[in-house]
Amino acid sequence: MLKQTEGSRAVAEAIALCRPQVICAYPITPQTHIVEGLGEMVKSGELGGCEFINVESEFAALSVAIGASAAGVRTYTATSSQGLLFMAEAVYNAAGLGLPIVMTIGNRAIGAPINIWNDHSDSMSMRDAGWIQLYAETNQEALDLHIQAFRLAEELSCPVMVCMDGFILTHAYDRVDVPDQQEVDAYLPRYEPRQILDPADPVSIGAMVGPEAFMEVRYLSHHKQLRALTLIPQLAAEFEKRFGRSSGGLIRTYRSDDAETIVVALGSVNGTIQEVVDEMRSDGARIGSVSICSFRPFPLAPLREALKNAKRVVVLEKCLAVGLGGIVSDGVRKSLSGIVLNGYTVIAGLGGRAITRGSLRRLFEDAQRDELEQVTFLDLNADVVSAQLERESNARRTGPTAEAILRRLGTVASSIG
Amino acid sequence: MGPQDQQIKFYQTGTFTVGNRLLAENQRSVQADMHRTNSLNSGHRACQGCGEALGARYAIDAAMMATANQLIAVNATGCLEVFSTPYPETSWQIPWIHSLFGNAAAVASGVAAAQRALGRSQVRVIAQGGDGGTTDIGFGCLSGMFERNDDVLYICYDNEAYMNTGVQRSSATPPAARTATTPAVGPSPGNVFGTGKNVPRIAMAHRIPYVATASVSNLRDLEAKVTYAMTIEGARYVHILVPCPLGWGTAPEDTIKIARLAVESGLFPLFEAHHGRVTSRTPIRRQVPVADYLKPQKRFAHLFGKTPDTERIARVQAMAEANIAEYALLD
Amino acid sequence: MSGAEILSVAAFLEGRYAQAFPSFGSERMGAPVMAFCRIDDKEIRLREPVLAPDALIIQDQTLLHQVDLFSGLPPRGFVLLNSVKSLDELGLAGFARGVQHYRMCTLPATELALKYVGRAVPNAALLGGFAAITGVVKLASVVAAIAEKFPAPIAERNIAAASEAFELARRSQEVTNAQAD
Repeated sequence: MLKQTEGSRAVAEAIALCRPQVICAYPITPQTHIVEGLGEMVKSGELGGCEFINVESEFAALSVAIGASAAGVRTYTATSSQGLLFMAEAVYNAAGLGLPIVMTIGNRAIGAPINIWNDHSDSMSMRDAGWIQLYAETNQEALDLHIQAFRLAEELSCPVMVCMDGFILTHAYDRVDVPDQQEVDAYLPRYEPRQILDPADPVSIGAMVGPEAFMEVRYLSHHKQLRALTLIPQLAAEFEKRFGRSSGGLIRTYRSDDAETIVVALGSVNGTIQEVVDEMRSDGARIGSVSICSFRPFPLAPLREALKNAKRVVVLEKCLAVGLGGIVSDGVRKSLSGIVLNGYTVIAGLGGRAITRGSLRRLFEDAQRDELEQVTFLDLNADVVSAQLERESNARRTGPTAEAILRRLGTVASSIG
Repeated sequence: MGPQDQQIKFYQTGTFTVGNRLLAENQRSVQADMHRTNSLNSGHRACQGCGEALGARYAIDAAMMATANQLIAVNATGCLEVFSTPYPETSWQIPWIHSLFGNAAAVASGVAAAQRALGRSQVRVIAQGGDGGTTDIGFGCLSGMFERNDDVLYICYDNEAYMNTGVQRSSATPPAARTATTPAVGPSPGNVFGTGKNVPRIAMAHRIPYVATASVSNLRDLEAKVTYAMTIEGARYVHILVPCPLGWGTAPEDTIKIARLAVESGLFPLFEAHHGRVTSRTPIRRQVPVADYLKPQKRFAHLFGKTPDTERIARVQAMAEANIAEYALLD
Repeated sequence: MSGAEILSVAAFLEGRYAQAFPSFGSERMGAPVMAFCRIDDKEIRLREPVLAPDALIIQDQTLLHQVDLFSGLPPRGFVLLNSVKSLDELGLAGFARGVQHYRMCTLPATELALKYVGRAVPNAALLGGFAAITGVVKLASVVAAIAEKFPAPIAERNIAAASEAFELARRSQEVTNAQAD
């Protein structure tokens, strides 16, 4: 059914349709509206057969989810930013134990400095924990990916993170098509655990494993993600067949077949990128884009296929490997192993800095002329940066950096363009 | 009928447990019962004389009997978890999960929620851990579980330090005790006075339905308290003193004796509380001076020697006296 | 719900695509807050803040002299200003008729809200006025959106405010147009 609703609400409705049995929640901006929506549905009785637990920290949230999932029920939680870091130990634990928990990440920057707005640093910090990571481009896709995520998680016995841009998607009102219960039930059957805490058939979960077997256990989790490279497109295809729209999959290409310049990105910025691609195409440029949906497992082969004939690839990332440059770029470069082309990393949108059509247009035009640095920080205020560097070279006690910069910018804490 | 209503009391002397042979079958302890589940089976790798292995066996078998074997256990990282599940073996004959060091209480809350979601009201949940995993790193999750009144019995096996990692100090380590991080050197040897956390009292402050302390010197009392706890729904906490021969520097065969001395000195009071109020206590039969308890333990050796540290021993004695007064242990 | 969100629902009810989202500036009591709405007949892919609005709704007139509100507004762009005063009284008449030919209109939206709803919540009235001066959405759609998103008694009162606002704005447009002719 078509609705005009907040992204978070759409996701909450999708989760509810998946018949979760335990939901645990700890508030953190910008995911709160999702769990609040679900909490209301449980309390009002709209979502039956589900326990909703208010926990005292994100570490507790994922731990409760671990217990519930190990006891054989479909489990869900959500977090962002600092919360994801606070539960980091449990994130690795859930993957290591092979528990099919689905968790939404409302992508938000990690402090210090504290920042509530969007970027991908949170989910990127957990990219190697063993969870599958899927990035939604739109609120429709966010909704759809959660349904696919439960199916994927349970078939593989592997937890799945569905990542959606905080505020940009979570707090945006969009038109979405919410499937009906029957359709979802047909796609997502009952949860059949591979392991379960059951007095009728006792098992010990969470044993210590020493050098004699640890490598094998870890290899098997790696292998699981490699199997996901096949399963993810299969489930996306099945989804399309049943629900009538394309959602998910490993990557999505846009006008890239004959493109000389291809832009690669994750999440909602792809919408803006596609608009710019269209503008530039109508001006004769041979430019296209690729949206990566599955970041873990990383789609090396499909990316290689999509990028191999380009002259240059621009990877636009909302995250930063401090001291190195790009994170996504590393994966992209790996996919192009042996192929020579010009690769550019653009760090953009950190902490919610808007990525505008205008800036992207200028950026892509510079790329086309190969007039880009290896690593570019999009729309960086060079004056502010050099002023701070000068202060630091002139005195020792320069005070907190963030405060100094904010004072220089004036009372408005963030500028839009 | 709670532990305080027991018709038969057993007083143990030395390290010998009074036999069940004198009693009718239905009055014997769980451990004496042929149908006990032996939940923590033999073959585990605990040290000789491990108080925790003893306590866990008694506690979990009692809980299994009380729930007709419908029990799931969640274990924090620590000695118990490590010695009971050395890959590829497990000693546990019940459904058991180990997640992390600090989250046993939260994982247990999740397991309990799953049982509700599945409509399995008869399956009960125990969370268990050492003092480190309970009083320190697991404290937040513990408090959360208490506050929500989740249907979980949390059992803390308190050997008063992080034993598994090599005897480091925890917030359950008593004053003056030597540990690897509170060495017996300098002007204030051992753990500092004026620190420490009384988790049973903190549990009481949450006003949960049931809190109890127990000791491996009073095993029937321990069984009775766990059995009773399983008749109650909601958050429950049982704190068991379990001497560690390695960490305390005591002889393996003296574990029960040492635990008894802790109780009889007044340093470890045995009591029960309901919804935040003390409702019963076990009186001390024959009070012993704290020195009798401290001296056999190498972790307190620095208090004794050519010139005993009378000042510190007196401070420990004062703590014991305070407990005796508070809980009316000699009345 | 913000006015932008209700507007997006109104557009949706007319079968169009709409995207509404909050600004990404500081959000705290007392700071200028913006919300954006895009409306189109095809799927909206763009995810940047609205930098070149076709229409501006100013809920708080005190911002007029604090922030550059009109940045990006094209010539003949619509401006709806929440105020009891007229453009003349605000000293904006000349500005409106100036180089940019902004199509400006004031509306006592807060007063209408106080009258019908009993609280200073000008959104519904502003949307009624917006429907009148821009024609981007019909009043009936605004009404339906309010009815859908608010509980019945509150919805009714907001609808009343929106309807009167619509009439007021329509009449004020007629006067402005007459003057311009």
